[in-house]
Amino acid sequence: MDVRVQSDSFDAGDELNRFTARVDGAGAVVSFTGVVRDVDGGLIAMEIEHYPGMTQKAISAMVEQACERWALADVTVIHRHGRLEPGAQIMMVLTASRHRVDAFAAAEFLMDYLKSRAPFWKKELTRAGADWVEARDEDEAALKRW
Amino acid sequence: MIDVLYFAWVRERIGLPREQVETSAATVADLVAELSAREDRYAAAFADVRALRVALDQELTDFDAPLAGVREVAFFPPMTGG
Repeated sequence: MDVRVQSDSFDAGDELNRFTARVDGAGAVVSFTGVVRDVDGGLIAMEIEHYPGMTQKAISAMVEQACERWALADVTVIHRHGRLEPGAQIMMVLTASRHRVDAFAAAEFLMDYLKSRAPFWKKELTRAGADWVEARDEDEAALKRW
Repeated sequence: MIDVLYFAWVRERIGLPREQVETSAATVADLVAELSAREDRYAAAFADVRALRVALDQELTDFDAPLAGVREVAFFPPMTGG
């Protein structure tokens, strides 16, 4: 398991290649990369605040839960904080298993939990001002399927 | 003494990221009532606790959780990671 909470950028291609090499023989590798999207052409930057201390622990607990539920060879989660511009990579989830079903399910489970249970808060800076992104009911509802 | 931490708009509304609080509150809800009675900025931040989340010693919990033995309380809005 590899959980990284960092302000630095990362190279998604390198991460995927290294992960794939490490889980040699796993058969299935799923990767998800979250990217800062523009908001109606007006986004200047996204600022991501987090709760140092809790963040790493909370994500590691989610990964442990995923490892109990699915037969996973390995998991990597990278999540950035700080100021990110449109097009920047925010986060990445990598899962590996013998069969794709487990790798896909675990990746979706981790994405759903990262959205609503990892202590990050996004603020959008636009030409009109700065606003905290509100949690969406759909994201909370998505947890129910697990 | 417990450390009380605030994040995102809760931090902005109260005007500080953390403080030490001398309290004999039995539960999170009691602590919220004490803080809200201090000043308007606290009352504004805690006006609707349904819009807030709380963690005790870095574990998510709810507002009726007991504070006995707790060293760190954090208040924040629903999380928006991913």
